[in-house]
Amino acid sequence: MKVTIDGQSIEVEPGTTILQAARMIGGDLVPPAMCYYSKLKGSGGKCRCCLVEVAKGSDADPRPMPKLMASCVTGCMDGMEVNSKNSDRVTEARKAVTEFLLINHPLDCPICDQAGECDLQNLSFEHGKAKSRFIEEKRTFEPENIGPNIQLHMNRCILCQRCVQVADQLTDKRVHGVVDRGDHANISTCISKAIDNEFSGNMIDVCPVGALTDKTFRFKSRVWFNKPYNAHRDCDKCCGKTTVWMFGGEIQRVTGRKDEYHEVEEFICNSCRFDHKNVEDWVIEGPREFEKDSVINQNNYIRPLQKVEIATEKTILMGRDQDRKKISMSAIPLDINTEKS
Amino acid sequence: MSIETISLSGRKKVVSNKEMTFWERLYLVAIVKGLWITLQHLFKRKVTIHYPEQVRERSVVYRGQHMLKRDEQGRENCTACGLCALSCPAEAITMKAEERKPDEKHLYREEKYASIYEINMLRCIFCGLCEEACPKDAIYLTISKELVPSNYDREDFIFGKDRLVMPLEMAMKNAQLKNAN
Repeated sequence: MKVTIDGQSIEVEPGTTILQAARMIGGDLVPPAMCYYSKLKGSGGKCRCCLVEVAKGSDADPRPMPKLMASCVTGCMDGMEVNSKNSDRVTEARKAVTEFLLINHPLDCPICDQAGECDLQNLSFEHGKAKSRFIEEKRTFEPENIGPNIQLHMNRCILCQRCVQVADQLTDKRVHGVVDRGDHANISTCISKAIDNEFSGNMIDVCPVGALTDKTFRFKSRVWFNKPYNAHRDCDKCCGKTTVWMFGGEIQRVTGRKDEYHEVEEFICNSCRFDHKNVEDWVIEGPREFEKDSVINQNNYIRPLQKVEIATEKTILMGRDQDRKKISMSAIPLDINTEKS
Repeated sequence: MSIETISLSGRKKVVSNKEMTFWERLYLVAIVKGLWITLQHLFKRKVTIHYPEQVRERSVVYRGQHMLKRDEQGRENCTACGLCALSCPAEAITMKAEERKPDEKHLYREEKYASIYEINMLRCIFCGLCEEACPKDAIYLTISKELVPSNYDREDFIFGKDRLVMPLEMAMKNAQLKNAN
């Protein structure tokens, strides 16, 4: 089947959705997606971020579809013509959806641990308004403790239901669903029941906003101050392939490896994620690369640097004793092992 | 043409060693010429000022030493979001965040606060990008005339929270001023 998206054509299998076809082409025309997750069955169709305009239904029925379609749940037809980035209608609609998603979002990015790798941040950077028109009070929930590993901030939730699908598809007990309706809809109860499972930590990776974050990493560092490395270890429960986020010689956080659409390549187990924070546990493969504009690249030098040898006396390069002393952040020793002893 | 006679710059002058005339040897003409220049300068606009008594006006965008602001209730604005450190071109700012305890609500405005906040004043270039990046109005470059006090040790130029956070009395005064207006 031949689909044309923003003037670019591609041959796809029957059953492919427009979003998948767009991702096959790649580039600017890929619609943003907050709820669709290719690794989770039945995800998508909830956030309406990925709306596209279908200018020609198919070769058999060339009429355009009257309304904008959610590309993550609309299947491709032969000869379909889709406008994504090219269409002003789509841009307007995405702006409106972004504004709608941000209505109840607390905008506490300076505190939020997800800031810097947040899909909603990216979405509102691309499509958001600078000023909020919402003057009413935002919806708030009582803070709820759902265990030692995962921190729930229900206020930040955009109800994408990805975590519910993780609880449904990766954990064995089917305790899931959205509790309450409308403005009061929340995910807390079903989450806290699935929290003991070995794969529950993937809710953190799956969450597009900061509603579910790693409690062991809480407020430790902003993501762009960490140096992410690809690492692996022998794990009997999962593939053991992860990204470790290091600060100096310390592993502060372990996550799955996320691709360019921020979807994990493979789900990892809780013991990899929360319990193995020693450098000795991991085989570090090399620095993880992120998309060019990502803030995570800030101050990371992944280019291989040649070692410069200067032929001179060793003592001159080392400098005086008083100049070699660590003067900033005196409360934090350079070597974390000295802190422990 | 020999190399001695070529002027590559076009400004070559041949120094002459000619004898001075009688009037030139008196130097009177030269002295009067010099005094004339001095006299002219007496009536020109002065470029200097009497410093301690007179102070030059500062630019409206003058940027002095940093201050971490408190709000009207005396709570610290800074949430250790790290945007100042991210924007700092000199990489002078370091910080460590901590979670606020329930009994510290009067000290810090948000859930998270900076337990360590340091600016290396030897690195700082006073560009003001930290102030621009701050989403919480926490860091400000004040109009203080003293940028960094002189000192002997390098450690003394690492300004911690003890020297950066706005004094509590100042926050109280600000609150009073705001209420008065």
